[in-house]
Amino acid sequence: MSATDLDERPAPEPVSVPGAAEGASPLQLALRRLRSNKVALVATVVFLVVVVLCLLAPVYSAHIAHTGPNNNHLSDQVRVGGKLTDVVSVDGIPIGPTWHSRFLLGADTNGRDIAVRLLYGGRNSLEIGVIATLITLVGALVLGVAAGYFRGWTDTLISRALDLIWAFPALILGIALGVSLALGGISIGPLHLKGGSLLVPAFVIGVVYIPYVARPLRGEVLTLREREFVDAARILGFGRLRIILREILPNLASTLLVFGALQLAQSITLEAALSFLGAGVQAPNSSWGTMLSGAVQLVTTSPHLTLAPGLMLVIAVLSVNLIGDGLRAAFDPRASVRRGR
Amino acid sequence: MTVQMVAFAVKRLVSAVLVLFAVSILTFLIFVAIPNGDPALRLAGRTATASDIAAVRHTYGFDLPVWQQYLKTMGEVLSGNIQSYTQHVSVFSQIERGFPATLSLALGAAIIWMVLGIVFGLIGALRAGKASDVTITTASFIGISAPAFVVGAVLLYFLAFKLKIFPNGGYVPITQDPVSWFTHLLLPWFTMSILYIGIYAQVLRSGVLEVLDADSVRTARAKGLSPTRVLLKHVLRLSLIPIISLWGLDLAAVVGGATVIVEVVFNLNGIGQYLQQSVGALDVPPVLTLTLLGAFFVVLANAVVDVVYALLDPRIRS
Repeated sequence: MSATDLDERPAPEPVSVPGAAEGASPLQLALRRLRSNKVALVATVVFLVVVVLCLLAPVYSAHIAHTGPNNNHLSDQVRVGGKLTDVVSVDGIPIGPTWHSRFLLGADTNGRDIAVRLLYGGRNSLEIGVIATLITLVGALVLGVAAGYFRGWTDTLISRALDLIWAFPALILGIALGVSLALGGISIGPLHLKGGSLLVPAFVIGVVYIPYVARPLRGEVLTLREREFVDAARILGFGRLRIILREILPNLASTLLVFGALQLAQSITLEAALSFLGAGVQAPNSSWGTMLSGAVQLVTTSPHLTLAPGLMLVIAVLSVNLIGDGLRAAFDPRASVRRGR
Repeated sequence: MTVQMVAFAVKRLVSAVLVLFAVSILTFLIFVAIPNGDPALRLAGRTATASDIAAVRHTYGFDLPVWQQYLKTMGEVLSGNIQSYTQHVSVFSQIERGFPATLSLALGAAIIWMVLGIVFGLIGALRAGKASDVTITTASFIGISAPAFVVGAVLLYFLAFKLKIFPNGGYVPITQDPVSWFTHLLLPWFTMSILYIGIYAQVLRSGVLEVLDADSVRTARAKGLSPTRVLLKHVLRLSLIPIISLWGLDLAAVVGGATVIVEVVFNLNGIGQYLQQSVGALDVPPVLTLTLLGAFFVVLANAVVDVVYALLDPRIRS
């Protein structure tokens, strides 16, 4: 390198490097890395199986279990090993797994079929997790990009507001919001959420996690906006909106994808925790968390009440976490662990 | 301690107080300005007449302007006189009653997760890619993914109920019987720690792997220091800093109420269980006070961690 080169920017990367993957975009490279990650692939398959099973809940309910998620069978009997057995015994102890089409995983204290409830509850858990994650991502994206790109008082205002949410332990803020909104719902402009709606816990969880994603996004935008290609776009006379949409956003895609997966796992877990404590999904709706909430006290007599939803929850969260870790390794092999509190 | 350092600490604490002030407003609004959440309707009971409701509204001050209600509530919280709606007992007397159990649980668990997190993180980093590393990483992921109420319930079922190795939940004060205190808390401690052990092991593992490549470590090796000495004096010292600040913040969040789930599963009757009971009864004053308390611990810990960081690293002060 000669002295005159010193203050010039580094030369652009050659389009094709001999021996390297020919013309592969970062996305293709990442997908290639992802495909060779066996753990992430298995996790993806497992998660898809869970999703499909939960989506098939009505089919299972109508054609295999022949009962709905809220149908009580307190005084019914079911044939197990050739003899009739009470679904709920005289002492109020529900039947354990029969491993047959009816009450496959046993019944709860109201004589409801656990397997049917597990699938219907799973739909709610997954639905809340996905909606909450979308709220977190969209909210964090808008706030993080605005704060990082416009800087100045916009940044100060947004960052202080995020600090405020950040000041609460996530679980405690979730409980506080969940409790107060469970009663009356909330109105945000034209959108009105009723008290018992599934969207209430989804909204609460989504909001609670916004700072955890917005902060790193803001940091990324702060560095991105100083990059050469953004300078170039500015010199070409592009407007702010166009620069944000065309230059900044595409560069945040991989970060969003990784955060999305990890956030989905966090949201499903927080939903279960809130519902477990009575601040999440409200009756008559069910979720894995609500199924667990009454079950822990009965774990000595009816362990299946805890094990069935508990295992489903662990399987779902674990597989999403592993997918997220695979995505992170694929898109950013050098990134370190992140988490929420 | 230089003047500059003291100035930084004061500035940081002032901003913490400002954040807490904003936190108190937000917390108050969450509980009071919610549509259709009129607490007078609930307090007056199911068979209340319109005049009963009006009377309740007046006694509790719900007819005052919102800012006056805010000042009244915060005055009650700060003077420790806040009363619960449903039981009409002092919220702080309940918190005081539950505090020993919560603190025992939080501190014990924090020590366990710190020690085990460091041990597993170090093993994982030093054996990177080998079977022990893969095992630890896998276990960490399960630990991070398994909610405390599932782990706790399963442990209770197998170890307390089936095998009868541990007592079946409950809390015994340390002043009453230290041995019983310990055995009653062992399962809750482990349940509480499992998530954090997984996180800390992974954070430390990647930290150590990064530091192993640092110039200072290469120099220490080149000086001919023994590998153990390099590890303990140079690598661990550098990679422990983020872990220690993480520990401070997590401990604060845990003391501030994140123990609630473990307390409920093991019936420990601490602050967390009080929170859960108040949530069930939709009793606003305790939930409001405990929310503030949780934020108080987190904000305080944040400020302390920042000041300690500044003590260690002069660059941050400016």
